[in-house]
Amino acid sequence: MTIPWLTLAIAIPALGALGVAVTPRLAAEAVKRATLAVTLLTLAVVAVLAVNFDPSGARFQFTETYPWIPRFGVHYAVGIDGIALVLIALSALLVPLVVLAAWREFEVSDPAADPAGAAQSARDIRGYFALILVLEAMMIGVFAATDVFLFYVFFEAMLIPVYFMIGRYGRGPAAQRRQAAVKFLLYSLLGGLLMLVAVIGVYSFSAAAGQGTFLWSDLVGAEGLLAGLDPTASRWLFLGFFVAFAIKAPMWPVHTWLAPAAGSARPGTAVLLVGVLDKVGTFGMLRYCLELFPGAATWFVWPVVVLSLISIIYGAIVAVGQSDMLRLIAFTSVSHFGFITLGIFAMTSQGQSGATLYMVNHGFSTGALFLIVGFLVARNGSAAIADYGGVQKVAPLLGGTFLIAGLSSLALPGLSPFVSEFLVFLGTFAFNPVPAIIATAGVVLAALYILWMYQRTMTGPTPERVSGLRDLSGREMWAVGPLIALIILFGCYPQPLLDVINPAVGHTMQQVGVTDPAPAIGDQVAESQEGASE
Amino acid sequence: MTAHLAAEAHAVTAAASGAIHSYAWLLIAFPLLGAAVLLLGGRRTNVWGHWLAVAMPLASFVWAVLALIQLLGYAPEERSRSVEVYQWISVGSFEANVNLLLDPLSISFVLLITGVGSLIHIYSVGYMAHDPGRRRFFAYLNLFIAAMLVLVLADNFALLFLGWEGVGLASYLLIGFWQYKSSAAVAAKKAFLINRVGDVGLLIAIMLMFTTFGTVAFGPVFNAVGGAGQGVLTAIGLLLLLGACGKSAQLPLQAWLLDAMEGPTPVSALIHAATMVTAGVYLIVRAGPVFEAAPTAQLVVTIVGAATLLAGAIIGCAKDDIKKALAGSTMSQIGYMTLAAGLGPIGYAAAIAHLVTHGFFKAGLFLGAGSVMHGMNDEVDMRKFGALRTAMPITFATFGLGYLAIIGFPFLSGWWTKEGIIEAAFASGGTAGQILGWAALVGAGLTAFYMSRVMFMTFFGEKRWDDGVHPHESPASMTVPMLVLAVGSVGLGAVLVFGYQFALFLEPVVGAPEHHEFSLTHMVTSWTSLTALGFMIVGVAVAWLYYGRATVPRTAPKGNLVTVAARNELYGNAINEGLFMRPGQVLTANTTTFDTKVVDGLVNGVARLVRESSTGLRRMQTGFARTYALTMLFGATLVVATLVVRI
Repeated sequence: MTIPWLTLAIAIPALGALGVAVTPRLAAEAVKRATLAVTLLTLAVVAVLAVNFDPSGARFQFTETYPWIPRFGVHYAVGIDGIALVLIALSALLVPLVVLAAWREFEVSDPAADPAGAAQSARDIRGYFALILVLEAMMIGVFAATDVFLFYVFFEAMLIPVYFMIGRYGRGPAAQRRQAAVKFLLYSLLGGLLMLVAVIGVYSFSAAAGQGTFLWSDLVGAEGLLAGLDPTASRWLFLGFFVAFAIKAPMWPVHTWLAPAAGSARPGTAVLLVGVLDKVGTFGMLRYCLELFPGAATWFVWPVVVLSLISIIYGAIVAVGQSDMLRLIAFTSVSHFGFITLGIFAMTSQGQSGATLYMVNHGFSTGALFLIVGFLVARNGSAAIADYGGVQKVAPLLGGTFLIAGLSSLALPGLSPFVSEFLVFLGTFAFNPVPAIIATAGVVLAALYILWMYQRTMTGPTPERVSGLRDLSGREMWAVGPLIALIILFGCYPQPLLDVINPAVGHTMQQVGVTDPAPAIGDQVAESQEGASE
Repeated sequence: MTAHLAAEAHAVTAAASGAIHSYAWLLIAFPLLGAAVLLLGGRRTNVWGHWLAVAMPLASFVWAVLALIQLLGYAPEERSRSVEVYQWISVGSFEANVNLLLDPLSISFVLLITGVGSLIHIYSVGYMAHDPGRRRFFAYLNLFIAAMLVLVLADNFALLFLGWEGVGLASYLLIGFWQYKSSAAVAAKKAFLINRVGDVGLLIAIMLMFTTFGTVAFGPVFNAVGGAGQGVLTAIGLLLLLGACGKSAQLPLQAWLLDAMEGPTPVSALIHAATMVTAGVYLIVRAGPVFEAAPTAQLVVTIVGAATLLAGAIIGCAKDDIKKALAGSTMSQIGYMTLAAGLGPIGYAAAIAHLVTHGFFKAGLFLGAGSVMHGMNDEVDMRKFGALRTAMPITFATFGLGYLAIIGFPFLSGWWTKEGIIEAAFASGGTAGQILGWAALVGAGLTAFYMSRVMFMTFFGEKRWDDGVHPHESPASMTVPMLVLAVGSVGLGAVLVFGYQFALFLEPVVGAPEHHEFSLTHMVTSWTSLTALGFMIVGVAVAWLYYGRATVPRTAPKGNLVTVAARNELYGNAINEGLFMRPGQVLTANTTTFDTKVVDGLVNGVARLVRESSTGLRRMQTGFARTYALTMLFGATLVVATLVVRI
């Protein structure tokens, strides 16, 4: 009997969440340990997936398909290609780090003096950590789903834990975080609604084509059930999916939920929100928008490229103007997601592999940034840039890791985000030089928003209120250290990731029916090389 | 024809053989390991860390010497060896690997970087002895050496770019080393930002090469240059030049270099004088086949070089801060190299030869300045120096030899190599050649003036020291490297230029100019040489009139318009602020307001509209979180229900 590894990876955190939530009289410390154990177990299962994944094998591996609602062709169908694998691995890796980073959240300073507060704290810890596990199950599920309806269910259901993690368990004034949560929810529900219409549309077209199904593999391709879709309908359905994904990504102009959400979320929540959840949007564009509706996708290339460029430059400029670190990082992500969508819609192998790698690397770099700002917030209660200065001098580890994470965010060569940004540039330039050249403005602006933030918070004279700041503790180093190590490792040696991603991107491009443009005088280069080797 | 020569040279690049060449990646690995140990080892390495950091570039230097010996054992046309290390990035038809290229050009740089680098590491042991951040300092220095070696050893533009931005990082970290000083932190950020603008040029050049040639590796690109259009090649050339301008502080991206003097003086010597800032010249020479096929780009290179050599010299004439005067000089000297590199094969060897000798005498001058500061309580204002030749005799002697070298005193290093550039400029012919040649000659006069000014103000005249300053000679760890560099300042030029030895060594890479027999008589008696000598004497004499014979006031006089302009670095900062910074601030402020007021405001407005138009929705908005959850559950049920009914 084959072990259903993917289902296990979804079920373990789900059951863990249940266990944490319902076990009576579980002490706060036990809740944390149990949560950490569950996330590590999940990580181990995902490691098994990664090790046994064969990049040169079938596109989808570890597939499981069971009829769920046979009447509507809904399946519980999961399976992963290289793109899904790296994103699941990213999720499974980030969650334990977030748990570690959140270890001291909700604690009361003196439980003995404040029994009511202590009880509330215990309830909060249980609720928050259970929600993290719920979210993990859904994140893995959404990337693993190979049934459009199942994907939709996970896509929508993810809103619920995040909504509570911001509105109920967020930071800052209750009214403010509730407002941020509601804004997040309304945006997402709007996108979800449009996507739902498109999902139903897909089903009815497949039904019209002979067999009503949501199974992705039956829908796509020249032989697929959607092959006969007329262009207009295809474009409308594309838009239904695309708007939902653009909101999630978030793309200009539907990005305004992100900054308040990130600003009101606990930093750990922000890591998962921006580091993983937003990737569902760009993942969805690759898997669903492009492959279900290839004709529409190529038709929409230029509008999306223009929106991407606006996101890149606009996000970066607004990031420069921020006075709150969490909001600043959120806006840098608007800029970074612009690069990802640009790479996807450049329709070249470098662009799409670069975009996929970008999703992973952005998870590392932005995850690390949010975590470290979180450590600052945990110390001083503020994320305002003006409240800091000269931190590097009193907390060199904190300052140093912040700098490395920042440099990775500005895509310094040698750190992993460079590889992905570089590939996106190459792929975009091969598609058309103009958008690539415009996008380079983001490279300069990235240096400005990161280094200026670093200058204002970490350098200069150390003000009184910062002078007592503790450096990173061992636990905090364990939370952020692995990310720093991966940023450096995959900056110098990204090929193992690319080897997994490239074949999947190849399949995607094949489904869309696009190929890489040939270099202008590539033949001559090849000839002269042959001549040289003779 | 010369393009063909270079192309042939690349066509015969052979796989490395023998342990020394096959393990050439150790050149980079040694200092990288040093940096890693010092940064990860933490305080445990405080006691011995700096000695490890000194040993690492020394090890690389020894390895490089062995590699050079092996290279010399091959026939000249076989001195191009590739070392494949590992596959870095491969997607579709794009491939960029960590492969190294050992050839006469790269090994010259490796020797300069590790040789001068090692000396400056040794010097820093004394200079930074009492700095609490010494371990971090040495870690960054090692990191710099590693990145710089990647830059010059890379066999493709992508890996070169990694080294390129890597040295930018090291420069950023070291300019801002004393980052508790706001001025240092600001200067570091400024350097990185301006360099990023240049880096974007290099980045776009790489993209253009990929889409044109389908590859970014040196050999294949250079071999295919003949097939590309003039417009594309000119674009690539100008974009590479933009990168070079950023890294090498050439106009219009020069404004960061003087601020970079905020870094500790050994950093100014190593990074901002001897090695990193010359990377732009390396890039232009390395990409020679592209430039030779794009005459317009070449012309722009020479113009940038000539303009910068004059601008830097003028700035150097007015600065009272000894390090900034030397920094202006660095701009100017690199201007000479850029000019020569833009001349094509007749200038390449001259550019690189001057780059190497400049590495020695300018590093020596900076270390001398550091030694002076060390003895003068970190004072940098030359108006508060004076009469230091007796207090610091070794510093005076080594600085003096560097001074004679840079002003082109006959038979010292600078004389040999600068003469090569001046001659090449005139030999390039036409009006352009005349203009460039005369610019170089006038520059030589200015160089003699500003360097004599530094010399007189620092070591001659009467004492203008602050109270409580007791200048003393620096310890041996500092003076020995200065002595070694002084030897190079004196003799290296002759070694390189005599008999065209260095030019012949570089020939397989950079192509050969038409050779006439080397003649020392010609070098001494040619009209360019004699004119340069005349300009030099005038420069020294004028400086002596104002700063040697006359008393130097402790506060700077008001000065005429030119002096004020030069003091303000020819208004480079004002231009940047007016053109980019202030408009940028306005743009940022407006966009940020636009985002909250208009984009988000629109969304909020719609939400409010919905809320106010529906009492039912209002109840929902005021409700608790579980209301929303219930709503969603309801919605999901509705979905399934719809499906059931429809089908």
